[in-house]
Amino acid sequence: MTWLLAPDTTGEKLAAMVVAVLLFVVVMGVILYAVDRPKRIPSWVVAVGFVGPVLAMIAYGLLRPGLITLWDSFFHRNTTEFVGLDNYVRMLTDGAFQKVLVVTAAWVILAPLLSTVIGLVYAVLVDRTRFERLAKTLVFVPMAISMVGASIIWGFVYEFRPDQPGVSQIGLLNQVLVWLGIPPQQFLIGQPWNTGFLILVMIWIQTGFAMTVLSAAIKAIPDDITEAARLDGLHGLGMFRYITVPSIRPALVVVLTTIAMTTLKAFDIVRTMTGGQFGTQIVANEFYTQAFRQNNQGLAAAFAVVLFILVIPIVAYNVRQMRKSEEIR
Amino acid sequence: MTTSTPGVPTPGTASPAHRDDDEPAAARKLSRLEKRAIATKGRLSSPWASLVAIVLAILWTIPSIGLLVTSFRPELDIRRSGWWTVIPGIFSGDAEFTFDNYDQALYGSGANLSEVFVNTIVITLPAVLIPITVALLAAYGFAWIEFPGRNLLFVAVFALQVVPIQVALVPLLSDYVQANGFFNAVFGVGISGTFWTVWLSHSIFALPLATFLLHNFMKDVPRSLVEAARVDGAGHVKIFFRVLFPLLVPAIAAFGIFQFLWVWNDLLVGLTFTDPAYRPLTVAVAEMAGSRGGDWHILTAGAFISMIVPLVVFLLLQRYFVRGMLAGAVKG
Repeated sequence: MTWLLAPDTTGEKLAAMVVAVLLFVVVMGVILYAVDRPKRIPSWVVAVGFVGPVLAMIAYGLLRPGLITLWDSFFHRNTTEFVGLDNYVRMLTDGAFQKVLVVTAAWVILAPLLSTVIGLVYAVLVDRTRFERLAKTLVFVPMAISMVGASIIWGFVYEFRPDQPGVSQIGLLNQVLVWLGIPPQQFLIGQPWNTGFLILVMIWIQTGFAMTVLSAAIKAIPDDITEAARLDGLHGLGMFRYITVPSIRPALVVVLTTIAMTTLKAFDIVRTMTGGQFGTQIVANEFYTQAFRQNNQGLAAAFAVVLFILVIPIVAYNVRQMRKSEEIR
Repeated sequence: MTTSTPGVPTPGTASPAHRDDDEPAAARKLSRLEKRAIATKGRLSSPWASLVAIVLAILWTIPSIGLLVTSFRPELDIRRSGWWTVIPGIFSGDAEFTFDNYDQALYGSGANLSEVFVNTIVITLPAVLIPITVALLAAYGFAWIEFPGRNLLFVAVFALQVVPIQVALVPLLSDYVQANGFFNAVFGVGISGTFWTVWLSHSIFALPLATFLLHNFMKDVPRSLVEAARVDGAGHVKIFFRVLFPLLVPAIAAFGIFQFLWVWNDLLVGLTFTDPAYRPLTVAVAEMAGSRGGDWHILTAGAFISMIVPLVVFLLLQRYFVRGMLAGAVKG
């Protein structure tokens, strides 16, 4: 039975996968069979059969660990010595950690705003053109690429070679600089612009998301409205400013907040491209560093909690906007 | 207001401040379709708009093309010159391409991504199937079974969507390590670092969103349909499989693709919970980027190997993915 837990070969791995799926099917089957016996059983038993697995899994794997993490954040690195709010105080006063918070703020503000603006402009420009499908797919494809993959794609774009005779640039961006007569740059090292170049990768990924959601919203604007506006003499930018943007306001809020949350939690880009060096560290990666590199569990827990706290206002804003738009309706 | 098309009400809220009553008389005689055609044509012929769109499309595509082209170039060429230098060679037939990089990335002793590729598949399939099934049942329970505390529990599940998984990682990992004692005694090997803990973790993390989304779809099924089945004497299990499941196939496909891409592309969970022998592609490629950052021949090929399956799935099933995304984004 060892191979089920520790498979060695490809065959054993695939077999373990099949066994796991079958085991799961059997367990679910037993649960469903048990609650579906023909005799009268109270409805709450049936409900437990259907809803119970989700509640149990979430309670075990999300709620309970969350509370443990909150508790741990008040403890010293080995989680034995109670230190109160020291971890949080350190985060807010230590210069290095302050910088992490500032850089994170830059990510959470710039990535959603720019992705949304570019996505919106693009959605409007290609709307109802002949090449709409192709044009959208081109911008949407990065959504399917992992952030690790995107980091490698862009790492290659930013690749730097020393500016010497006989050495040619292999990174596209530096080659463009050379063509323009500007010396090549170490894009990922020079502060504070390196953070901007990392954020660009996130924008590259998220613009497709923004474009797709906003494009659907634009298409949902009733023809009557656009036609009336056109008859009233609105064209081009005026149409965009007075009709399109106000009509898709709820979708804009959803897109902005969704990208902001994704950006806040993602650590893949920073970890893969700079490892958080050269002043590019963000909260999500600092959490990983503290938890699994520095082994400072107290501080790591505090960073995780901060991540959670930062998500709350974004969600709250989102929910409030949704309530508002529902009231209007 | 110069609304000419009969039957078109003018919504007061949307009327802009300034009016133009000198609309050419000819425009009023045009049908709606013709106006649409003119508007479309007008947009296409606006050179600046087209230019901006084309520039954006090129900017968004070029980095990936650079990676793809580079992954097929000989190692020495990659070091010596940029990938764009092959463009003239493609037309003259001088460009040299090779599969060596892929060979090295897949089977080379350092990278050996072929084994890692299997890991990703083994991790992904159960991590998609399990949460969808569990969430489907729960979504049915929340939508169609009356029980005390239903709304409260559903709101709780919905709210837990926003909890970042970072919050759960360390306690879960220490759980798994503690469970090793038991599994060592029974099976002779520990459980932490194996596929089992990764499947469990991925499934748990997917559940709040999955339950919420599938519940939304399930609520859209007409009540009369479910009531009719109930009157015919069907139990919950029968209603679920016979009535609701067939109607929900598109929704399941939508969330399935969503979760598939999420798990396949995930770095954090794989990094935290897998032993080196079971690590997924993302972890292996990220590691290569750290340890062999300059070896672009291996890195580009490796990155493309890790991207090819999600790309194909995505391009083939884009429609479902978009639907799932819109449901998640607009309703969530």
